Amino acid sequence: MKDESTGTLELKDGSNIAVIGGGPAGSFFTYFALDFAERYGLDIDIDIIEAKDFNCTGPPGCNRCGGIVSESLIQSLSAEGIVLPSNVISRGIESYTLHLEQGTTVIETPLHEQRIASMFRGSGPLGSEDTEQLSFDNYLLELCKERGAKTISGRVIEAERETDGISIKTKEGLEKKYDLVIGAIGLNARTLKLFENICPSFKPPKTTKTHICEFYLGEERVDEYFGDSMHVFLLNLPNIKFGALIPKGPYVTLVLLGSNINKEIVSAFLNAKPVKECFPEDLDLKSAMPCQCYPSINMDGAKSAYGDRVILIGDSASSKLYKNGIGAAYITAKAAAKTAIFEGISESDLKRHYQPVCHDLDRDNLVGKLIFITTTVIQKSAILKKGLLSMVINEQSKANHKRLMSSILWDTFTGSATYTDILRRTLNPLFSINLIGHTLKTLLTRTNNKKNEKQKVRTTI
Amino acid sequence: MKSKKLGRPYKDGEVVIKQGDPGDCLYVIQEGKVEVIDESGETEIKLAELGETEFFGEMGLFEKDVRSCTIKAMGDAKIMTIDKRNFYKTIQKDPSLAYRLLEKMSNRLRETNKKLRDR
Ligand SMILES: Cc1cc2nc3c(=O)[nH]c(=O)nc-3n(C[C@H](O)[C@H](O)[C@H](O)COP(=O)(O)OP(=O)(O)OC[C@H]3O[C@@H](n4cnc5c(N)ncnc54)[C@H](O)[C@@H]3O)c2cc1C
Repeated sequence: MKDESTGTLELKDGSNIAVIGGGPAGSFFTYFALDFAERYGLDIDIDIIEAKDFNCTGPPGCNRCGGIVSESLIQSLSAEGIVLPSNVISRGIESYTLHLEQGTTVIETPLHEQRIASMFRGSGPLGSEDTEQLSFDNYLLELCKERGAKTISGRVIEAERETDGISIKTKEGLEKKYDLVIGAIGLNARTLKLFENICPSFKPPKTTKTHICEFYLGEERVDEYFGDSMHVFLLNLPNIKFGALIPKGPYVTLVLLGSNINKEIVSAFLNAKPVKECFPEDLDLKSAMPCQCYPSINMDGAKSAYGDRVILIGDSASSKLYKNGIGAAYITAKAAAKTAIFEGISESDLKRHYQPVCHDLDRDNLVGKLIFITTTVIQKSAILKKGLLSMVINEQSKANHKRLMSSILWDTFTGSATYTDILRRTLNPLFSINLIGHTLKTLLTRTNNKKNEKQKVRTTI
Repeated sequence: MKSKKLGRPYKDGEVVIKQGDPGDCLYVIQEGKVEVIDESGETEIKLAELGETEFFGEMGLFEKDVRSCTIKAMGDAKIMTIDKRNFYKTIQKDPSLAYRLLEKMSNRLRETNKKLRDR
C-alpha cells in the first residue's frame, strides 16, 4: 500500500500477498514472512498458488531435483525449529563415495553424525507404492498452512500491474488483486514471461539442461550396494561436470550436471565401468527406470529480480551453481521476506535490501565456475586424479590428521560451504604441497612399476 | 521401522554433555527426549526435560565457560550439533536466525525467575 504522506510503499495491516509457486522458495518466503509479521505485530494474508499436486507420484507431483538437503540448510532449519520428519527423509547420508577411473574412496562425515538428508520432492517416482513416504515440498506447504497461509491449487496465466496493486488470474478462474506478488516459479519459462511484463527490467536466469532418473532396486539391495552414502563420479566424459547416485528408500536417483546433457551423454555415463560396478550385475538398468527427465538448471542469475510490489525468489532469481539450490532458495526467500516486512516493497527498498543477497550468490557462483574449470582439468588428467585419490585415502586412514582435500571435496559435493570459502582453503600452501607430493609419489611409483615390468620382460627373454 | 531422523543416535541414559566439560556447539533434538541435570550438589537434581525441536548448549555459543548442566538421553534419542563457527558465520549474514534462540533463552529466564519466586 502506498503511504501518500511519505510516498513509501509498504505492507500494512490487512495487506495481501500472492506467492506464485509452492516449491521451497515460495514456502520459505511464506513461512518467514508470516513469522516476521507476527513478531512485528503486522496482520497480513498470504495466498500460495501452486499448479502441482505434491501428493502425486511421478511428474505431476515432482519439482525435479536430486533431493539432497544440504548440511548447512539442515543446520539452519534446525536452529529455526524446523526438524524434518522421519517420513519425509528417505535416507540420512553419512558419507560420500568418490568414484574415479583410478579407484574409489569413501569420505566420511566429519562428525560421524547424519546431517544431510535425501528426499523426494513429490510422493516418489512414477508407480511408487510407498505410502509412508511423504513429499518434502508438501511438508513445507503444510508448515505454511499451520502458520495461517491459504493454499490455492491453480496455474497463474496472467499478471497485470494496476495503480494500487497487481492483478492475478489463474487458468481455473480465480481473479484477485494483491499488494505484493512473489514469483517463486522456478525456471518455468512461460510464467517467467509474465514477470517480464510486470517488471520491465527483469531478465530471467540463464539455464542449461541436466538429467535425472530413478532406478528401482528394492530397499535391501539399495542398502547392500549404496548404503547411507552418496556416490559421486568424477569421470573423464564430455559435458559432464558431476554425476551422482543418491540412495532413497528402495530407489537410487541418478543426477547428471554439466552442459546440455542429452541421451547419448547419459548412455556413455551409464556404460562407464565405475558406474556399472555400483549396481548389481543382474540388474537391467533400463527396465529398472520408472522415471526420467531433462530439467533445466540455473547457470547465471536473473537481472533485477524485483520491481515495485514484485519480488522474484529462488531459482527464478539467483541460485547456487550446481549445488544446494534449495539452500539458495531459503536464503533469497528469507531475504525477500525480511525486506517486505521490515523495509518496504518499492523497487528502491528491494534494490537496497534484497538485491545485495542475490548479488552475493551470483558473485560466489563466479568463483564456483572457476572451481569447476579446475575440476574439469583434474577430471581429464589421470595423474592428477591419482594424486587426489591418494591424498584422500591418506587423510581418511589417519585419525586427527588435517583433512584438507577431504573437507574441500566434502564441501564441494554437499554444497554446504560457499565457493569463495572453498577457494580460500585451496589457496592454503599445505594443500598444494600435499597434492603435488601425492601426485609426484604416484608418478614415481608408476615409473618404477614400468621399469620393473620392463626388467621382468628382459629377464624372461 | 528404523528411524530415518538425522543427527547422532543416543541410547537411554547416555550422556550428551557433561557438566564442567568445555563445549562450543549447540544441540538440537531431532527425536526423543533428554533430561537436564544439575550435578553441582551432593545429589543430582533434575531441572527440566526437553523434547523434539528444542535445543540446549546455547551458552557454549556465547560464553567461554564450561557446560553448566549435564544432559542425558531419556530413551532412544537423535540429536544434531550445530557448530559454533557455522552458526556465527550464518548469523553474521542473517541475524534473524538468532530470533528463536533469543526467544527460548528469554522463556527459560522467565521460568527460572518464576521458580525462584515460588520457592
Ligand atoms: C538435476 C537437478 C538436480 C538438483 N539437485 C538438487 C539437490 O540435490 N539439492 C538441492 O538443494 N537442489 C537441487 N537442485 C536445485 C533445486 O531443484 C532448485 O534450486 C529448487 O527446486 C528451487 O526451488 P524454487 O522453489 O525456486 O523452484 P521450484 O522448486 O522449481 O518450484 C517452483 C514451483 O512453482 C510452480 N509454478 C510455476 N509456474 C506456476 C504458475 N504459473 N502457477 C502456479 N504455480 C507455478 C511449480 O509448479 C513449482 O512447484 C537440482 C536441480 C536440478 C535441475
